[in-house]
This record gives sequence, structure tokens and C-alpha cells, in this order.
Amino acid sequence: MDPSRKRKIRLVVALSVAVLLAVALIYTSFSASTEAKEPSQILSASPGTSYEMTGEVVPGSIQHNGQEGIAFLVTDRKDSGTKLPVTYKGAVPDPFRGGREIVLTGSLKEGTFIGEPETLITKCPSKFTTQSNG
Amino acid sequence: MASLGSALLALAFVAAVTAGIVALVWRHDERKLILSRRIVYAFLALVTACVAIIEIEFLSDNFSFKIVQEHSSLETPTFYKVAAMWSSQEGSLLLWAWVLSIVSSVSLFATRNRLREIVPWATAVMMGVAAFFTGLMLFAPDVDPFATLNPVPSDGIGLNPLLQHPSMMIHPPMLYSGYVSLTVPFAFAIGALITRRLDAEWIRSTRRFSLIAWTFLGFGLLLGARWSYTELGWGGYWAWDPVENAALMPFLLGTAFLHSIMVQEKRGMLKVWNSALIVATFSMCLLGTFLVRSGVLQSIHAFGDDTVGPYLLVVIGIVVIGSTLLLASRLDELRSPKRIDSLLSRESVFLVNNLLLVGMTLVIAWGTFFPLISELFTGQKSSLAAPWFDKYTTPLAILLVLFTGIGPLLAWRRVTWASARRVFRIPALVAVVTLVVLWAFTDAAHRPWALALFTFAAFAIAGVLQEFYNGAHARQKTSGGNFAGALFAVTARNRRRYGGYIVHIAIAVLLIGIAASSSFQTNENVSMKPGETRVVDGREFTYKRPYVKVDSEKYTIGAIVEVRQDGKYLTTLETSRRFFRPTGAAATGLISDYFQGEATSEVGLQTGLLRDIWVTVAPNVQTIQHQLALADKGFKTCVAAGPGTPPQCKDINAMMRAAQANPKLAPEALETIEHLQLLSAEKIARQYATSNIAATFKVIINPLVLWMWIGGIIGLIGALIAVWPSRSRRKGAMVRTEADELKELKYSEIRDAELDHASGKLSDEDYAILDAELRKEAVEILDTVGVGAGTASPRPGRAGLPSDWEGGEGNGSNGHGNGNGNGATAEAPTNGNGNGHHANGNGNGAAREPSERD
Repeated sequence: MDPSRKRKIRLVVALSVAVLLAVALIYTSFSASTEAKEPSQILSASPGTSYEMTGEVVPGSIQHNGQEGIAFLVTDRKDSGTKLPVTYKGAVPDPFRGGREIVLTGSLKEGTFIGEPETLITKCPSKFTTQSNG
Repeated sequence: MASLGSALLALAFVAAVTAGIVALVWRHDERKLILSRRIVYAFLALVTACVAIIEIEFLSDNFSFKIVQEHSSLETPTFYKVAAMWSSQEGSLLLWAWVLSIVSSVSLFATRNRLREIVPWATAVMMGVAAFFTGLMLFAPDVDPFATLNPVPSDGIGLNPLLQHPSMMIHPPMLYSGYVSLTVPFAFAIGALITRRLDAEWIRSTRRFSLIAWTFLGFGLLLGARWSYTELGWGGYWAWDPVENAALMPFLLGTAFLHSIMVQEKRGMLKVWNSALIVATFSMCLLGTFLVRSGVLQSIHAFGDDTVGPYLLVVIGIVVIGSTLLLASRLDELRSPKRIDSLLSRESVFLVNNLLLVGMTLVIAWGTFFPLISELFTGQKSSLAAPWFDKYTTPLAILLVLFTGIGPLLAWRRVTWASARRVFRIPALVAVVTLVVLWAFTDAAHRPWALALFTFAAFAIAGVLQEFYNGAHARQKTSGGNFAGALFAVTARNRRRYGGYIVHIAIAVLLIGIAASSSFQTNENVSMKPGETRVVDGREFTYKRPYVKVDSEKYTIGAIVEVRQDGKYLTTLETSRRFFRPTGAAATGLISDYFQGEATSEVGLQTGLLRDIWVTVAPNVQTIQHQLALADKGFKTCVAAGPGTPPQCKDINAMMRAAQANPKLAPEALETIEHLQLLSAEKIARQYATSNIAATFKVIINPLVLWMWIGGIIGLIGALIAVWPSRSRRKGAMVRTEADELKELKYSEIRDAELDHASGKLSDEDYAILDAELRKEAVEILDTVGVGAGTASPRPGRAGLPSDWEGGEGNGSNGHGNGNGNGATAEAPTNGNGNGHHANGNGNGAAREPSERD
């Protein structure tokens, strides 16, 4: 086989592999992703479906229920009108506290957002925050 | 001081702009070019002064500076005062400008006698970036590092206790230095494109900066991971968080770049690829900076309100669009006529490794920006979690580690199957043995990905060790001495090559640590009362007793945990959770405050070569909180001294009345109350310590995780070896012309081939062909350079050594002649070359070849 033909075949093979991989990447990313919603959107979302909730913990609302984990209220980041009750069992990250932004995966059940264990993420208070109390 | 600082900063801005303009407008004027370089030095001096002022203010607790007041306090330890600068937005911008001023000055100093045409443009690009960052501090809202406060507060807010960790203090400047150092190769690449000086000259001059940048980025990433592991009370070191990804992506692209530029240096190929790669890498750096600040993507790293994001976005746009257009306009000139000779060659492995690294970057980029992509298509922000990232990056990483092993075993240009088989034999054997042993004796068989990674990593490590052995062996044959000395000498003489190999070992070791700790980790939450025991992964954890410590700034609730295995005592771990009182403006003076502030975990960690035992405690603080609130209430009634005051308040009452009558007594009264508050907080703590309240423990058994950090340190050593300037460079750099440089490069290629041959990588036939090719090319260079080609060309029949050629031109004064070029490694193959006929007879181990020849 002459070299230029060989190169062409190689190129076609490489490109088709790349295209296949890209399709797989796109397909899986849409099926594996979790929708992110703010507390006010969660309240109107379908119960039982898993969502990634991002919101702000209402200061002073955190209750430690011992073995039962913690319960607290969250509001939207920009607007604190709606307060969504949340329960969560599992490890609580260090930076977790009132006023902090959190990301929690879970689903709505009877008006309460039930977090899946070990999915609570609290944003680092670090660095460029201009205000350290919350 | 603040106005002095502002003035210096404004001057720095002017200097950056002037240096760029002078360099561009008078780019053909030698003297003006020197002037522009000096202005860059002045820029360095000015920014350094700004940094010094800020640091002095931090150290002297000058709270009239906004930056000091917000990020430091009287109680902040000195070490963290020094480092607090870059925990602020404005301080980190200043840090960026400062690092940029250093790398621009150093790179312009290093190239002062070279790259005459490219330097003005590179100066303009670097100073353009510098002007942007200094300009931001001057003109953008809320990021002036010299902003002042009036009236002056008596104390600062302090540095977040979570950030008070040594690695957290080094991690940001490391990453910044990495990001910023990449400006240098980018600037020179742009200069090369504009001036159409498209050979490998700009690459050679900036290679060190790329390598340094890569080292900083890698080390910065690792420090961040370490901090997360030991400090965050989460037990993980990587979460595929957008901000983490933003630092990983330029690191991966930088790794690809460091490999592909070698192909351009040696073979003149991949020019388009290299230019595109450095543009992409630099854009990723800017994007990383942007992501860290903008809050566009949900990240654990929240960085507060953003003020500079939009500006950064504009600059990213300019960089990407401008570079793409520039690249497109030079496309024809960048095309290389050469092709890769053979699939079985180092350059083709580099190509594969580049594709893997870029592929990995694309996957990570897709996942990182997926929330934006999904919003674009579905209107819903959806995000991808760690499992999705793992699914793609795991196989890519496994392939990558395989090629980490293959690359060093192959020579440039082409290798015959016969010699490939010879060099692959031992590493492949090691890999197979590893596979079988792991399969038979460990539970790795259940984790095919991890098993594959361990196997390939064993292959890579064995391959690199064989390279070291063969290189040292070949050297020992010719110059004698012991093996260790030969190993040292051969490494010292080929720093870039062997330094790189060490980094390969490091990557393999690091990936072993990652694979083992992520695949075979045990992670459990257990609840225990004091005295109780729980078994996790065959180890018995006993909650011996709680302990509590109280001081005016924090409430520490800890636990002593004893670990036993099969009844045998293993270790005692101490873990605690610290609850910090809000300080400064947020303080309320109540003792229930302790639980309103920051909380940090002190991890109980027993590190071992085989596994880490990692424990944190989440105490049940309900009772304490309740009692503290009651105590607060009691104090309040006492101080208020209303009707129905309990009798034990008598003293406080009297004191408060006295303080009201005589304001001078007020501070003392306050102090007394604080002291009393502390006493009751301590009393409540003691009650907790003797109570029988259960606490929740997070227990992680992490196998081989230590090797991640060991790998990181090995990598740092390897990178330092590769970066370290060689002797000839240090001495000869001053008078080197570009022609000399080209010639020197060809010589080094010849020496490389000789080393490859001596260490058994190239068969005799392969070497004979390659050597002839290289020598022909060398003669061509000498002809065009015009140094007496007659004297310099190698005599037929005798293998002319690079050093002989040097001698022919009277270059010995540069320090080339004695001992560097003609290192004994280069002499060995001289004999081999003459003996080409005897190759076929002995198909024995590659390493033995030189000895048989003798």
C-alpha cells in the first residue's frame, strides 16, 4: 500500500474513533447529569425525582438531632422568600453553618427535601469573600 | 504608606505600558530595545515595592489598610500574616502581577542576546498582560490593595481558621506561579508567529519556563489535595470541582506541550500543534483565574462577589480570537514537510501521549462546563458528578501510564521490532509478574481498572529503571568507577532526559496511590459512646474518652480513639472538632457564639506505607449548646440587674453599678465578665467530658495513599533535575549565536543516539543508519553556518565525536572541550559503531551488549 493511502486510512480510523468517543461522551453526560435547582424551584418540582439543590442555609435554623442527623432551612441564593426544610444524615463538612451556600443531592418528600448521605457540599468560605460572618 | 503604595502601583502600570510600547515602536533599534528591557526591570522593582508595603502593613497590624483589616487580626500568627495577602482578591491580583514581573524580567534577561526579532513582541505581550493586571487593581472597583479604612478599626477580622494550614499558604502562590510562568512561552510563541521565526528557537529559549510552570502547577495541585485530605474533615483529595479542574486542565495541556515541543526541537514537526497547544494552555490559565472568581459555575470554592470576572472574560476573548487568527494566517508556513518515520518511534509515542492528554482535557472541560452546555440546550442547569469524570479519565489515565512506560524505551526516528523486543522484555516480564501476583494474592482482581493500572505502572517503573541501569552500565564500561558514580554521572550529564524519566516514575507511583486509595478505600460512619468499640475493615476502634478544651477563641471537643488489629494494639489517635467564635465585627460577646462561627476538624491520622488510618469526630454538641445558651441568659439577667435577679449575681451587679458610676472601671468590669463567661464555658465543657454522650466518627482506611505524596516529591526532584541548567549553558550562553545553537543541538542529538545505542535501545543497524543521517544533517548545518566545514566534518571511518568537532573550531575556550561533550557515555558507542558486524550473533539482554563487545 502506498504511504499516502495508508495515512488516509489511518486518519479516517482515528477520526471515526474520535467521533464515536465524542458521541458517547455527550450521550452519557446528558443521561448521568443531575438537574440543579434552587429551593424555590424544588418546591414546585416533582417529588421523588433526584435533584441537586443549591441554596443558602438560613442562619440559626440548624438543628442537630443526634442520630437522626441534622435539619435546617435553605433559601434561594438571591432571594430569601421561600424557606425549604431539609433533613440530612451523614458527614457534615467543616465549613457548614448558617449563611453558607450548600449543594446537596436529594429528593422532595412531603414538603421536605431529604438529602442523600455523603452528598452535602459546603462552599469554602475561603479567599475572596469580603465578609466572613454569615 | 497607602498613598505611596497607590503611587507606586500607578507607576508600575505606566512602566508596563511604556515598556510594551517602546519595545514595539522601536523594535529595530537595539538601544531602545535595551531600554524597554530596563523598563521591565523597573516594573519588577515597582511591583516588588508594592508587595513589600502590603507585607509590612500586615506584619505591623496596620488595620487602616482594608486588606489587612479583612484578612488578618492581632491574634493571627506571624507566618499567616505574611501569607494572608493572597487570601484576598486584591492581594492575589498583586501576587499575579508580581510573579509576572519576575518571570518577564528573568525571561528577557535570559534572551538578551538571542531571538532579536521575537523579543520585542514577546515583551509587548507580557507587558500587555502585566498592564492588564495592574490596571485592574487601579481602575476596577473593590480590588485596590491600598484601599484604606476610616475610622481605623482596633482589630481585624482575621484569617479564616480553615485556611490556617501551611500547605494552604503555599498552594495559591504555587498555582499562580504556574499560571503566570506560562505567560512566557505564550508570549514568545506569539512573537515567533508574528515575526515568522517559526523554527524551534523560541521553544528552546522558553522551555525552562514551561517546565518550571508545569512543576509549580503540579506541586500546587498536590498541595491543594493534601490540604483537602488532612484539613477539610472530608477525607478526600479530589472532587472534580470546577476550580480544581481549572487548575488540572492547564497542567495536562502543559504536560502535552512539554512532550510535543521535543518533537519540534528534534524533528521540526508539529509546529501548528505546538503553537495551538501553548495558546490553549495559556487560555486555560486565564479561564482558571476567571472561574475561581466569577461564580459562573457552582463550586465548593466560593469566592464571594466578583468584580473582575467580566474584564477577564474580555481578555480571554482577545487571547483566543487573536491567537487563532494569527495561527490561521501562518498555517502554510507552519506546515512541516517531514513525516513521522515509523509508528515505532519516540515521536509517535509522544503523539499518542499528546492525544491522550488533550483528550483528557477535553473530557474534563466538557464535564466542567456541562452546566452551561446543558442550560444552553435544555434550559436546565445540570451538573456532572465525580463518577462521570472517573468513567472517562480512568481508562485514559491507564493508557497514559502505559505510554509513560513505552516512551522512554524507544529511540527517536525509528526502531526495529527486534531491538524493541529486546528493551521491552524485562519491563513486560515485570508487568506480567505484577499482574499474576496481584491477581492471585490480593483482592485487586475484583477491580479490573485498578489491576490494569498497577500492571502498567509496574511496566513503566521497570522500564525507566532499566533505562537508568543501562545508561549507568554503559558509562561504567567506558570510564570505570563504581556503579553509583556512573549512575550519578550519566544523570548529571543528561539532566533533561533522566530528570524526565524520574518524573515518569513519579507519575506511575502517584497513580498507584490514587488508584489504590480510590478503589480499595473503606469509609464508614460509626456512632460510639465513650468506652464502646466498633470494627471497621478488621480493625477495632475504641472510643476511649472525650476531651474538651476551651479558650477565649475556640471550643475544642475531641476524642481519644484507640485502634487495635486482631487484639494487638496499633495506635492511639486524637481527633477533635474546633468551634471558633466569630471575631471582630461579628462578635457578640455571648458564649453560645462558639457554635455560630467557623468549625474545623483536626484529623486523627496514622500514616503508613501500606495504609492510612484516618478518623474525624462529629461530637453531639446539642447539650453543650443548650447549656451555653442558658448561661448567656443568666449573665444577661445578672448584668441587666432587673427585678428578680438571682442572689449569685450580687458581685456582678455591684461591679456593673460601679462601672456605670465610674466609666474608667468599665474595661475592667468587661474583662471580669469575660473571665466569668469563660469559667462557665469551661464548667459546661467539663460536664460534657464526664458525660456519656455518643459521638459520630468518620473512619477511613486508605490503602497506599501515602504513595501519592511520595510520587509528588519524586516528581519534584525529577523536575528540578530537568530544569537545572547544564554547565555548558551557564558558561557559554553569553556568546552563543543561533547557528552555534543549531549546531550544538545536532551534537546533542548525536550524543543522544549514542547513549541510546550504548544502553541497548538502538540496535547496531538502527544506530548506524541514524548516526549517518544525523551526521549528514550536521555537516549541512556546518556548511550553511560557514565555519570551515572541511576541518569540522567527521572523517570517514572514524566516528567523529561532537567534542572533536568543537575542537576543530577552537571553541574550547567556552568550556565545551573538556569533559562535557565527550562524556564517556559518548565514547562507548564509538567502538560499537566500528563493530557493527557483530550485532546479529548475540541476541542476549540489551544490558549485556557493551560488555560482550569488550
